[in-house]
Amino acid sequence: MNGDDRPPAPAEPLPSPSEWSFDLIDRYHGEIARVARRFGLDTYPNQLEIITAEQMMDAYASSGMPVNYRHWSFGKQFIATERGYRRGQMGLAYEIVINSDPCIAYLMEENTLPMQALVIAHAAYGHNSFFKGNYLFRMWTDASSIIDYLVYARTFIADCEDRHGIEAVEQVLDSCHALMDHGVDRYRRPQKLSLAQEKARREEREVYLQRQVNDLWRTLPRQADRKAAEARARFPEEPQENLLYFIEKHAPLLEPWQREVIRIVRKVAQYFYPQRQTQVMNEGWATFWHYTLLNALYDEGRLGDGFMLEVLQSHTNVIAQPAGGRINPYALGFAMFSDLRRICSAPTDEDRSWFPDIAGSDWQKTLDYAMRNFKDESFVGQFLSPALMRRYRLFSVRDDERESTLEVSAIHDTAGYRHLREALARQYDINHREPNIQVWSVDTRGDRSLTLRHVQHAGQPLNDEADEVLRHVARLWGFRVILESVDAQGRETRRREAAPAAA
Amino acid sequence: MLQQIIDRRLAGKNKSIGNRERFLKRYREQIRDAVRRAVSERSIRDIDKGETVTVPRKDISEPTFRHGPGGRREYVVPGNREYARGDRIDRPAGGDGQGGGRASRDGEGEDDFRFTLSREEFMQVFFDDLALPNLVRTQLADTPEFRYRRAGFTGDGTPNNIHVLRSMRGALGRRIALGTVHRRRLAELEARLADARRAPQALDNEIEALEQEIDALRRRLRAIPYLDPIDLRYRNRVRVPEPVSKAVMFCVMDVSGSMDEARKDIAKRFFILLYLFLTRHYEKTDIVFIRHHTQADEVGENDFFHATESGGTVVSSALTLMHEIIQARYPSREWNIYCAQASDGDNWGQDSAKCRELLSAEILPLLRYFAYVQVAEGEQSLWEEYARVAAQCPHFAMRMITGVTDIYPVFRELFRKEAPA
Repeated sequence: MNGDDRPPAPAEPLPSPSEWSFDLIDRYHGEIARVARRFGLDTYPNQLEIITAEQMMDAYASSGMPVNYRHWSFGKQFIATERGYRRGQMGLAYEIVINSDPCIAYLMEENTLPMQALVIAHAAYGHNSFFKGNYLFRMWTDASSIIDYLVYARTFIADCEDRHGIEAVEQVLDSCHALMDHGVDRYRRPQKLSLAQEKARREEREVYLQRQVNDLWRTLPRQADRKAAEARARFPEEPQENLLYFIEKHAPLLEPWQREVIRIVRKVAQYFYPQRQTQVMNEGWATFWHYTLLNALYDEGRLGDGFMLEVLQSHTNVIAQPAGGRINPYALGFAMFSDLRRICSAPTDEDRSWFPDIAGSDWQKTLDYAMRNFKDESFVGQFLSPALMRRYRLFSVRDDERESTLEVSAIHDTAGYRHLREALARQYDINHREPNIQVWSVDTRGDRSLTLRHVQHAGQPLNDEADEVLRHVARLWGFRVILESVDAQGRETRRREAAPAAA
Repeated sequence: MLQQIIDRRLAGKNKSIGNRERFLKRYREQIRDAVRRAVSERSIRDIDKGETVTVPRKDISEPTFRHGPGGRREYVVPGNREYARGDRIDRPAGGDGQGGGRASRDGEGEDDFRFTLSREEFMQVFFDDLALPNLVRTQLADTPEFRYRRAGFTGDGTPNNIHVLRSMRGALGRRIALGTVHRRRLAELEARLADARRAPQALDNEIEALEQEIDALRRRLRAIPYLDPIDLRYRNRVRVPEPVSKAVMFCVMDVSGSMDEARKDIAKRFFILLYLFLTRHYEKTDIVFIRHHTQADEVGENDFFHATESGGTVVSSALTLMHEIIQARYPSREWNIYCAQASDGDNWGQDSAKCRELLSAEILPLLRYFAYVQVAEGEQSLWEEYARVAAQCPHFAMRMITGVTDIYPVFRELFRKEAPA
């Protein structure tokens, strides 16, 4: 392996028929791995899997995971994907990559050889190194155990279906899915557990939890506790952000298996939580590296012109940015990493004043640092340069329901750069994008009703689906549920209620 | 090596099938409605196909807490051409399509959710609706019919089946095979004889011996027969049992005023079932629709199910027409003739007796099966007369059906009769 770091002197172009073969994929993979090492990409081991279009749709349907528990919503997703694909309305994504150790990347058999090379560079080196390096993934997910955990989840849920009926399980899952985005710990790091520990601890947990729940709902208060209990005016003592966690631990009527199902959904949500916060960075990083790696191979003379043209054509499609539309995360991410490299290697005076620390530094180190320590929000906030804002001709629009027209609040000029950058960063802040709903209090002494509090951000109300979600909460909680929306001053603006369907 | 390539193409296909089943189960009401609609709209001939089902998107959405429209927000858009800071823009029609995280999650439009049921799924729902258990749907016994089919050649048979070419080819081969040794010896002896004759001091006795041997050989060669019985080859024909290829199904229905849409729907489903059975057994199934009130007409399917007539009922008119059609177009030697008749039981007084005579004497001998369903309660003259026919003819069956779920049990009962065959 010593010789791998030097490019071999006489660069023979690799064979480039458009049809792939296992042998060719292996050779291309070898070359891409060599170049990736030269650029210092640190990855999990790779496992490339060749699959058919149908299997790709299967994978798509279960949120990209190779195994998942059964649920109708995945069937719906599959049907929608299949319909779109059969009618030719949409191509399938070229690749799916799973944040696991080893990192599994799917190659679709329909792809041509240049596409396979592109996918290998993009997924097996771009995404893979991001999964391994980025702090959110390091903190929140455990790549080595996710597949095992999903296998466990699938078996457990199948078991429950056998014991309690498909419908009963489906109801719990439906309700959990509705709260999935509010079922994550945002600030606290969850424990990492291996599959074996997970299983061993489950029963123990079930017994313990039930006891705890029973304790909370004790109907015969012991004399000695009475005063203390009354003094404790509210439960929970502090608002809780993780609705699913709270319900799992404290809902009075749930059976142990139902609590476990909630826990599973919660764990899966937690696993996807970093992905939701790093879309621009993750895709940008992968796109940057497939572009850089394949170009490096081309510069060595290893790739033919036709091969490279096909790669570039796909690359261009990926980073297309229609004017006036939503910002394409691939395009923005790729542009930012490319721009960062430019700032390091060829800084202008403007860059020097905006980025004094990194202008002129080693680009590989700087990019690595950026990849490891940021999420979309902070990444944009930190590294979006004026040059890029000019190139994208970004402008921000302020929409206030009290006014009849929209206002252009900033454009790509000296006065607007900072404002634009902040606005865009905020746009990627997940706490900003999703309504802030927390568990506020539980009436432990009275009718056991649960009160959630929605603190409105900038006067934004909840969507119409909120009532329905609330019914799901009521189903899990088992008693009346109240959702108060309050404005910034703490005044209640709207109150919703839901009671569980009479059992 | 840290890298690994796995070919997964053959493993784990259709992983989503369980999810799809759950999806279909969840929306079975909508699906059942769609199937019902399809059954009433479709032609009987097209019944055996998939169907597109539409579910309103609001029924199928998975709700989550999101920001709704309203309040204050700010978003960044690329591609500024004309705006400067402080410009005012009119709200785009449709309100809030632009905000960063609020666009629909899966990128799909607001249309209804449409998907296609496969043929099997469609039939499943159709049968479920008829309370059809998962029985094998081959209660209807085939009447085996044989056909002769070529099966190569054989060594014995009748002279009219002799295959001349094969026989002659065999004979030629046999002659070559039996004569080769002798001919070779003959050629050898003839050469020696010629040598002996040319020799200066010819030995007469040697020449004589050679000539004798040559003669003997020639006799033996002549004795090889030109054509031997073992050369004969006959065309071989075997009897193969075969499902009869053609069937015709007569749908006879009363369309007098008393047959309302619900009764017609029952009749239609009954006809559909019969048609499905027949198409599984015959390569080609014709359908003839005969409707009648006081007169009978042969009509297209659409008129059959959707036109209403009024007035009285003379059933024999339909039977007469059916008989004429059979005579003209469907000789019973070539066609398996089935008839399904649906009626509400009304008939004009004296006509029922005539029907019975017509059936027993003229029609039933030509038919494989006659099924009569009465889609209303009450035993009137027609029912009584038919009951007499049923007592005599094993391939005549009659039942009453009053609701959609009765159809299948009745159907099964009707066709069980032939099962032990």
